[in-house]
Amino acid sequence: MAKIDADTKIDRALTEFAERLGADDPVAVVGGRTKWEVGGAPADGTRMVAAPTGIVSYLPSEMVAVVRAGTTITELQSALADAGQRSALPYWGNGSTVGGALAVGQNSLDVLGRGRLRASLLQVRYVSADGHIITGGGPTVKNVTGFDLPRLMVGSLGTLGSLAEVILRTNPIPDTMRWLRGQGIDPFAAFDALFRPSAVLWDGKTTWIKIEGHRVDVDAEQAALVRRVGPVEEVDGPPELPAHRWSLAPRELRHLDQPITDRPKTSNPTYPVGRYVASIGVGTVWASEPQPARSVSDAIRTVAARMKAEFDPTGRLNPGRDPYTTAGM
Amino acid sequence: MVLNRVVEGAKRLVSPDRPTTSGDPLLDQLRGALTADRVHLDGVQRSLLSHDASVFEGGVAGPVCYPTSVDEVVAIMKIADEHGRAVVPRGAGTGLAGGAIPLGAPIVVAMTKMNRILDLDIDNRIVWVQPGVINLDLTRYLRPLGYHFAPDPSSQQVCTIGGNVANNSGGPHCLAYGVTNAHVVAIEAVVPSGDVLALGGLDAEPLGFDLRGIFVGSEGTLGIATKVAVTITKNPPSVRTLLLSFDSVRDAANTVSGVIAAGVVPAAMEVMDAKITAAVEHYVGAGYPLDAEAVLLAEVDGSEAGIDIDADRIADVGREHNATEVRFAKSEDERALLWKGRKTAFGAIAQIAPDYYLHDTVVPRSKLADVLEEVYAIAERHDLLVMNVFHAGDGNLHPLLIFDGREPGVLARVHAAGDEIISASLAAGGVLSGEHGIGVEKQKFMDDMFSHADLDHQNRLRRAFDPTCRANPGKVLPMGHSCADIQALRRVPSGVWG
Ligand SMILES: Cc1cc2nc3c(=O)[nH]c(=O)nc-3n(C[C@H](O)[C@H](O)[C@H](O)COP(=O)(O)OP(=O)(O)OC[C@H]3O[C@@H](n4cnc5c(N)ncnc54)[C@H](O)[C@@H]3O)c2cc1C
Ligand SMILES: Cc1cc2nc3c(=O)[nH]c(=O)nc-3n(C[C@H](O)[C@H](O)[C@H](O)COP(=O)(O)OP(=O)(O)OC[C@H]3O[C@@H](n4cnc5c(N)ncnc54)[C@H](O)[C@@H]3O)c2cc1C
Repeated sequence: MAKIDADTKIDRALTEFAERLGADDPVAVVGGRTKWEVGGAPADGTRMVAAPTGIVSYLPSEMVAVVRAGTTITELQSALADAGQRSALPYWGNGSTVGGALAVGQNSLDVLGRGRLRASLLQVRYVSADGHIITGGGPTVKNVTGFDLPRLMVGSLGTLGSLAEVILRTNPIPDTMRWLRGQGIDPFAAFDALFRPSAVLWDGKTTWIKIEGHRVDVDAEQAALVRRVGPVEEVDGPPELPAHRWSLAPRELRHLDQPITDRPKTSNPTYPVGRYVASIGVGTVWASEPQPARSVSDAIRTVAARMKAEFDPTGRLNPGRDPYTTAGM
Repeated sequence: MVLNRVVEGAKRLVSPDRPTTSGDPLLDQLRGALTADRVHLDGVQRSLLSHDASVFEGGVAGPVCYPTSVDEVVAIMKIADEHGRAVVPRGAGTGLAGGAIPLGAPIVVAMTKMNRILDLDIDNRIVWVQPGVINLDLTRYLRPLGYHFAPDPSSQQVCTIGGNVANNSGGPHCLAYGVTNAHVVAIEAVVPSGDVLALGGLDAEPLGFDLRGIFVGSEGTLGIATKVAVTITKNPPSVRTLLLSFDSVRDAANTVSGVIAAGVVPAAMEVMDAKITAAVEHYVGAGYPLDAEAVLLAEVDGSEAGIDIDADRIADVGREHNATEVRFAKSEDERALLWKGRKTAFGAIAQIAPDYYLHDTVVPRSKLADVLEEVYAIAERHDLLVMNVFHAGDGNLHPLLIFDGREPGVLARVHAAGDEIISASLAAGGVLSGEHGIGVEKQKFMDDMFSHADLDHQNRLRRAFDPTCRANPGKVLPMGHSCADIQALRRVPSGVWG
């Protein structure tokens, strides 16, 4: 039985979601299943529940949208686009949901332009393991009231709570967005040459650059880029990305095209051997093989285990999934 | 500046002249772990560190420690653990919500001697700093290299990066660039068990729970930050600064929401009312008009080519809302002077008023004008002078109640007016604090914004870091949710340090 607190103003779609989730058996929230393998497969016998859908309210003049977690990213982004805005969520669709994207916590390809996903979540409503609807954060664009539950939920893979409704920050879509491509140019010099690139992608040979802003700005930035690094041509978009997602420090990307023997001994991560596309200045790399396991200290594991025990003492939320593995990325 | 100390349900308990109990094993252990000259028990130190820039009082600083390394912070935590004592981290003490004041007689860990800039890492666009580095010192170091630290609180000349992290501080230029949380990628923190945690990381998407994100803004209740990797932001190639004058605060506020509605997100939008601008003019002569009811200071930055497009849009929106003057700063000097006026506003007030109480709430931007009108009405009802200078672009109000603490009964009116301002902000769909935090100031209002279950979950988050409740206990969460009994903390344990 769901326990709804009388003092919270919660709409019906959310209380029904809480009732479906219940408070006893193992459950996982299922979105578009586009990142279903991240963190490992769900344990056998896990009951699947879908999150409520629909945009609750959207005020373009406030630059905030209230959205139920099961809403598809496509639906949200097209509603925002009608008002000339966008969010930090990725723009490619295929049924993936707002809640799924937040639970997974990965940034958009053009994160430098859109901002980090984790920073865009202003308020979260989630259903706790014992069936309460919990609100964290607040509806305004700036807020330091109390402990930051929204940040805790982003990237927690639904293992601490089931996302029901969120308030997201939105942003104006720039007047002009342009993808450029250069063969053999130095991607690091390109990144340095630009004031605020939205993306600089590099596959070891070719560099793709996204610049946004007023048309005159974009033209001027493009001209400055050509002066600094060499010729570029306008293209439709980014390259096709290899399937697996790696997370490196931006500095490590300098070693991607070096022979193994030239790479610094001190640097900890291994590097992809097959095809890759690296996000310069960010550190995300899409590669044809998965990133090897990343080490997590015992001290962090202790706090993480306590966090899980505090939020989900019986381990019923998304059992089998572990936010600390690179499985499925 | 002189701030009046309000005693809220607590007596002033510090007795500075009492001799130290030098034989106490706690003290000896701390002195052994640090050095004797960096563990203080003298009355002056303890009295000084029993307050911050807020009006609140709690208990008394126990031993005051000045660590210089993470190992020393670990040692302090372990000694505190052994003796069952609380620890209160402290930066420059400019906090306005009482976050750094001791409740009971905790060990105060002053981080000001850990003030080195450690490692500038341009490739990773970060700089590692110790928490005691002063905000403005960091930006002064970075500027000539082409970068700066974006969060620029008005207190930036004195406040520390550790304090900024703990309070998730903001500043005028956080409108487009985001508050401190957006500029911290990794934190080394010592939790009450003495474990050293590496929170976050320099890589693009660190694995697991965003423990970094929840440490930011936790007001010293999850542990002590000993090292922070903050992002460095490129200095903009071009900047335009505008000063718009209005005959009413309403027109200024509506211009702010109009600019956002027009799809422009400026680098900064700050509003000052006539009383503030008058005070500032007398203090630093920033060139503000003296005949305007309100001024809006707006700034856009970017590449030179398109910068005037947004600046002109702001000017147009201002004119649509009856701006009586639109002035563009013509030189870097003029721009610097306009900002100097904004940033010294509080100093200017200190010149004219013996005491002030600075509030901090946020409302939706479209509600700014209505809530401001209510704020003026509330002050008038309580026969108080109010001035408004605020981060308008974010809807972050900062009503300043001006008073003379020597006037009998005035404090009760100040508090009553403050409570009403908070209620009005919440009623408009706002939140309790935009940047100063909850500390001890707003605990009693937390129930107005959150349910019992919500606060229980906040407490669970806290407990995962601090199961025995020894990091800055009694702050943020109200009675009944906090892991410590606040009233008990307000008393000094008998026999020790008192
Ligand atoms: C080729 C490709 C590339 C992509 N690249 C990116 C990218 O770079 N960045 C990016 O952000 N997105 C990217 N996406 C989109 C991504 O799939 C979605 O943004 C999102 O991460 C998954 O949403 P989903 O609804 O499919 O989640 P699912 O795959 O259904 O679920 C993912 C996980 O989240 C949990 N979950 C789902 N909903 C909730 C909820 N409401 N509450 C709690 N837990 C929940 C699930 O239990 C599961 O563990 C890409 C998609 C494709 C197909
Ligand atoms: C005149 C004036 C103007 C101000 N303007 C602004 C403004 O524009 N924007 C804004 O956001 N704030 C503003 N403030 C508030 C204040 O300056 C900020 O909150 C600042 O970040 C506090 O830094 P501090 O070093 O003084 O911290 P302190 O006041 O010493 O401590 C603040 C909190 O941080 C904790 N803390 C300190 N160091 C650490 C550490 N190393 N690890 C863990 N916890 C720690 C303390 O326990 C306490 O809870 C202003 C204050 C004044 C007096």
